[in-house]
Amino acid sequence: MNRYFVPLAVFALLAVVLAIGIRHAPEKGVIASPLLGRPAPQFSLPELSQPTQQVRSADLKGRWYLFNVWGTWCGECRAEHETLLQVQRTGVIPLIGLDWKDDERDARAWLAQLGNPYQAVAVDASGRVAIDWGVYGAPETFLVDPRGIVVYKHVGALTQEIWSHEILPRVSAPGTKKS
Amino acid sequence: MRQPLVLRASPALAAIVLSASLPAWAVDTTQLPDPVLQARYETLTHELRCMQCQNESLADSPVDLAADLRRQVRDQLLAGKSDEEVRNWMASRYGDFILFRPRYSLRNAWLWGAPAALLLIGAFVSWRIIRQRTALLAADVEPLEEDGRS
Amino acid sequence: MLPELGHFALILALFLAALQAFFGIAGAAAGRERWMAAVTTAVAGEAVMVATAMACLMASFIGDDFSVTYVAENSNSALPLFYRVTALWGAHEGSLLLWIFLLAAWTVAVAAASRRLPARFAARVLGVLGVVSFGFLLFTLATSDPFVRLDPAAADGRDLNPILQDPGLAVHPPILYTGYVGFSVAFAFACAAMLEGRLDQNWARWTRPWTTVAWAFLGCGIALGSFWAYYELGWGGFWFWDPVENASFMPWLVGTALIHSLAVTDKRGLFKSWTLLLAILAFSMSLLGTFLVRSGVLVSVHSFAADPQRGIFILAFLIVMIGGALSLYAWRAPLLRSAAGFELGARESFLLFNNVLLVIAAATVFAGTLAPLIADSLGLGTLSVGPPYFNPTFMMSMLPLLALLAVGIHANWKRGRLGDKWRMLLNTLVAAAVIGCGLVFGIYRHGQVLTPVGATLGVWIILASLVDPIDRWRRRLSLSRAVLGMTVAHVGLGLVVIALTTVQSFTIERDVAMSPGASVAVGGYEFRFDGVSPVEGPNYSALAATLVVTRDGMPVTVLRPQKRQYWVQRQVTSETAIRMFRGDNILLALGEDLGAGRWSVRVQIRPLVTLVWLAAFIMACGGALAASDRRYRAVKVAAPAEEAAALERGT
Repeated sequence: MNRYFVPLAVFALLAVVLAIGIRHAPEKGVIASPLLGRPAPQFSLPELSQPTQQVRSADLKGRWYLFNVWGTWCGECRAEHETLLQVQRTGVIPLIGLDWKDDERDARAWLAQLGNPYQAVAVDASGRVAIDWGVYGAPETFLVDPRGIVVYKHVGALTQEIWSHEILPRVSAPGTKKS
Repeated sequence: MRQPLVLRASPALAAIVLSASLPAWAVDTTQLPDPVLQARYETLTHELRCMQCQNESLADSPVDLAADLRRQVRDQLLAGKSDEEVRNWMASRYGDFILFRPRYSLRNAWLWGAPAALLLIGAFVSWRIIRQRTALLAADVEPLEEDGRS
Repeated sequence: MLPELGHFALILALFLAALQAFFGIAGAAAGRERWMAAVTTAVAGEAVMVATAMACLMASFIGDDFSVTYVAENSNSALPLFYRVTALWGAHEGSLLLWIFLLAAWTVAVAAASRRLPARFAARVLGVLGVVSFGFLLFTLATSDPFVRLDPAAADGRDLNPILQDPGLAVHPPILYTGYVGFSVAFAFACAAMLEGRLDQNWARWTRPWTTVAWAFLGCGIALGSFWAYYELGWGGFWFWDPVENASFMPWLVGTALIHSLAVTDKRGLFKSWTLLLAILAFSMSLLGTFLVRSGVLVSVHSFAADPQRGIFILAFLIVMIGGALSLYAWRAPLLRSAAGFELGARESFLLFNNVLLVIAAATVFAGTLAPLIADSLGLGTLSVGPPYFNPTFMMSMLPLLALLAVGIHANWKRGRLGDKWRMLLNTLVAAAVIGCGLVFGIYRHGQVLTPVGATLGVWIILASLVDPIDRWRRRLSLSRAVLGMTVAHVGLGLVVIALTTVQSFTIERDVAMSPGASVAVGGYEFRFDGVSPVEGPNYSALAATLVVTRDGMPVTVLRPQKRQYWVQRQVTSETAIRMFRGDNILLALGEDLGAGRWSVRVQIRPLVTLVWLAAFIMACGGALAASDRRYRAVKVAAPAEEAAALERGT
């Protein structure tokens, strides 16, 4: 008698799994980053406006910063630019940009025209550093803590909501050093 | 939803536009000097996923990122890394999702072990049923319907 | 006007489907003849309404009505008429309408044939089909209405995806869906039997032809899809174990088990609960496939625009239909046990193994397809599953099945003594090994480990299938269509095995960079690249390469692969050039412009790949042939007195 209930039981289990799967579906485009909780990748790249100077990950240690991957060819990056400027104006934490596989002149012109939210912009012409960060689609934004650990990653255009709900709370958590 | 007017492109323009646009599938003309390395390269690029695409391998994907990652595979193989090291390198940056061949780990035991487990269960169920029916055979005197054997 | 008419027709269809379901199931349960008689009227009405809706949408496409959102998103004024028609099912909403249309068509067919069925049983079958129709119509109207208006109307459409602008679109979805949807008939028959609490040989006789025909269509649809991918995409592959491909393959595997299980139920009244379960499972796989490709839970090259809200609806529908059917099963199946017996070596045993192995194969594909979802839901990390998993695990259940097939065909029912047959089987096995290995090593001189195994099994299956029919033919005995169909189908399977073994073992693929005038040697052929020239199409501009193919200096053919850019969507597609030569498929695809006239070119030699699809088609033909056997048409209906007595008892 009870073995005839096995198919129903198996199906019930499956339905639960599928239901959970659907709830996660909106985030399907966001693959969990293996970098979370691990040290940020080391890099040393020329700076966009002063190519003789280097932007080094080692220099960034000791304070929170947002690592934002973008390019002039990327439509979503254009969309998030205003939000980035707003974040910069709050002065809470600095933004470090990674200009990913881009034309340097276009990038400089873009920032001159739209405003520059970045404290420094590293130029990744070959794309090697982006790969180290596990970037697969601009724009992507990483939150790195003073110890150099990646604590949050957002794929897609940064919004005010993400900033206030995901990033600010992590930065302002009691007991964390700001700088 | 205003759409731009459709223009007839001249052949010359087509040539310029086509060569500048993204192709549908990648043709990867990378050749490694050693045929063994070439074979490993081809296997690896077919077993790594293009992270920007919907279910394509690095070998087949036309996007820039795939080309960059293919170059990584090539460089690492030339530097003497093993297949496992290349896979680990990729997975440590992009997660296990980049591997089309799931890792042989305890966490994936349910997946890799499923076929064998199912076969065992199937064998057990079959054995039970056959034993049962063989026992019933003695009492089963119903004649078989003959109708062309099917 | 027309879109509103179509929309209204769908609403009426929904209403009629509800009536169909109600009158069918409640009418049979309460024994009300009037209600049961009303079912066929509801079926006819619903079919007319659905056809009207289809016609309205079709007219909107043909007439370039870009005030309809769906038309604006999938068509364009420059699109050739042929593609404007087939674009109807090119995206989510339209393909759902196609589903509903085909379901209505199947329902009408069943209703027409139902005169030969007992009234209550027929009413229940049509009632269950009504429930399915209702579910799909509700889903369409609630989340995926193709008649939604666009305001203001678009000046022109966004054009059909260039990859779909191909004759394949005209045939692949309709044939595939006919198969998918057709399993709903077996499902309905199973539910009707469970509701009735009775399942006899007649039931199996009624169910078999419907199921076999649906199975044949599904097989054709899958083969067509694979063939289409091969020549249309420029990739050169024909199966990637993509979730959408798997979504059609799983029902087919279960369907194969089902048609064989039905044979046992028909012949000996055994495997009743197996057959019921398989009938439920086959249609469940169809529904699940629909869910997977439209809900956004899986990553796939083919999936329709993902929308989790739709996913929730389909999931709810799944739970109701499958959960309901499986509950019925848990309740009723225990009643259906028979007391028949059989031996270990009997045909029933082999068909039992067949059932088990096919279900395991389907379950393995299922596990792999859903693994990312399962791992994500259970917090087991992010998983990705591709051909490196599916290929070996699929073989694990298929190899035993193929090995047992030849013996199983010749096993006797009930008592399994092979007797003299073992000698014949051994002879055929040896002959197969000789032929198979001889061909492999004779033609190719090398192979992987499984190559001679695959070749031997394939030839063995063919030889073993032909022994009895040839023997009967020589003795001038009759050969029923059912037996003939079975033979043809099994021969087809053997050919598929041979073809796949050859393709997997001996495909040669090389991607090369070529300058004009340069030559490259691949797989015994020489390819000379003669440069690229522009070409204009009705709605695209292209660059066509000319490649001259020779073998040992003798001309073989000239191939012209293209890179096309469609004006509207600006998507670049690669049009392959394919030629078959002495069993080899030569495929050329144009890659990228590497500058200075150099282009990258994909050269692929796939021996016997066309046989894969041809043999799949032969399998399907065998099924259709078997389903047309006279015995399924001369089915006894319960005598009127019995019917009346049953009605009075209220069962």
